[in-house]
Amino acid sequence: MTVASEHQLEQFMDRIDRGEKIEANDWMPDDYREALIRLISMHGISEIMGALPEKEWVPKAPTLHRKLAIMAKVQDEMGHGQLLLRVAEDLMEPLGKNRDDIMKDLFSGKLKFHNVFHMEAPTWGDAGIIAWLVDGAAIISQTMMLGTSYGPYGRALKRICAEEVFHAQHGESIIMALAEGTKEQRVLLQDSINSWWPSLLMFFGPKSKAETGHTNQDKNMRYKLRTKTNEQLRQEFLTKYVPRIWSLGLTIPDESLRFDEGDGEWKYAQPDWNEFKRIVTGHGPKSQERLSLRVRSYEMNNWVREALGKSALASGVGSHE
Amino acid sequence: MESIEYRNCLIELLYQLADDDFILAYRGSEWLGLAPHIEEDVAFSSISQDLMGHATLYYSLLEELGEGKADSLTHNRRPEKFRNAIILELPNGTGTYLVNPDFDWGFTVVRNYFYTLAKKIRLDSIKKESYEPLQHIVKKISVEMTYHLMHWETWFIQLMNSTPEARSRMETAIKLVLEDFEGVLSYGDLGDQIVTLSLIESEATLKQRFIAELQKKEPIDLSMKMKNGDGRNGTHTKHLTTSLAILSEVYQSIPATEW
Repeated sequence: MTVASEHQLEQFMDRIDRGEKIEANDWMPDDYREALIRLISMHGISEIMGALPEKEWVPKAPTLHRKLAIMAKVQDEMGHGQLLLRVAEDLMEPLGKNRDDIMKDLFSGKLKFHNVFHMEAPTWGDAGIIAWLVDGAAIISQTMMLGTSYGPYGRALKRICAEEVFHAQHGESIIMALAEGTKEQRVLLQDSINSWWPSLLMFFGPKSKAETGHTNQDKNMRYKLRTKTNEQLRQEFLTKYVPRIWSLGLTIPDESLRFDEGDGEWKYAQPDWNEFKRIVTGHGPKSQERLSLRVRSYEMNNWVREALGKSALASGVGSHE
Repeated sequence: MESIEYRNCLIELLYQLADDDFILAYRGSEWLGLAPHIEEDVAFSSISQDLMGHATLYYSLLEELGEGKADSLTHNRRPEKFRNAIILELPNGTGTYLVNPDFDWGFTVVRNYFYTLAKKIRLDSIKKESYEPLQHIVKKISVEMTYHLMHWETWFIQLMNSTPEARSRMETAIKLVLEDFEGVLSYGDLGDQIVTLSLIESEATLKQRFIAELQKKEPIDLSMKMKNGDGRNGTHTKHLTTSLAILSEVYQSIPATEW
């Protein structure tokens, strides 16, 4: 590192320590930029891949009201994806990369998406659990990120968090209807909780390197990209949702789950972190099927992208390219 | 309400309006996550959501008129009772929305553009003279029509004037859509009475407006047919049956419960 760039780094870290926000055109160290690109493109693409399990339930939602609500929700998720990819694209521009590279990295498996979106959602109960607990988990981690040192990401998250609150309410409303419904509906709901529980614990990532051999959380904390550890977030999730699940008369498939007054934290059975690694590297039950849907969409619309590129009219519906 | 005849005609027209939007909203929602780019995914899903909302308004009016609960009308009605135009129930392409979709964006653009234009013309006619509670609904819906029309028109013009491949795909799509588009402009067997009772202007008048508007954008041959029959009289393809089974799968799984 040259003296000049050492000086720049020192100034940058001073800004971070003072709690200043970094903007897109400010100087930033390469590994800060890389960490942001990794974090934000993964977040953005997860929103987009997250639309796929829910898409299965959009037409099937059981009433007009539920159909409208889930349509609005999935549209929001796509919108969040778009918003985040734009933030990532600005960061990638100096590296000569764009959204096409993001999509290609997704297809090749280099860019990962959230573990929960690799999982099956075979019932309407799952649609409810996704909206209530997956979005609930997302709210907890995204709220923590609101204070992130990168200004554009924080501003995008502010809008996203506001909308996620509506999603969780939509989910809670589906859950309440099922919990207060017939015996079959309660069974449906309990089955969904049972099958989603390990994925919900995994959602926040491993506690430390010990579980999966790799984590970015230390660097991300130093750069104030995030302010809490994975485990702190998981504890917040358990504190918020375990009592609610129990109060609905439902059970959680972990007999060891309890709040330890002495330690002031939840004790729970660790999910299988090897399984987590397999899932996020594209070996989950639905990983390949959902990826192939996106690849398919990319391929079947090739002619449209080409046409937009050559269209003489540069009007509103033009692509990002 | 003036008479039984008036009530029957009004109900008939309402089913046509409601079922058109309901089925096309479904076809639109199948595109979720598959549109040509993410921006379009967001815009298109917003439009599909609007259509579902419009359908809901009409079904609520049918509910008020004693036709049964809106949710039952949408999730528990036999296909032959549906009054949507057949062109709107046809699939987006091959495959399903979950497995191996090979959807045709050209067909989607043409179907949506032509339908949106015809819908706007239809709503403008209802706004002039019709059943008052329906006019209120139509005024609400009309606010969104400008944006829908602009969206699909932009796509249409852009794809018609780009690469030779796009042009050829669009021309094929136009032919395909026109083969059944007459069904959108039809009012079915009760058509004459519907018009005599001043619920809407005549099919011929609206068709003429539709053709004139479209010709202004693209000088294309707009001869149209009802190749698969008239959905307004309850004739439908197997695709409607398949679609309704998906739309009502959860509702039907546990009957008589709250969701």
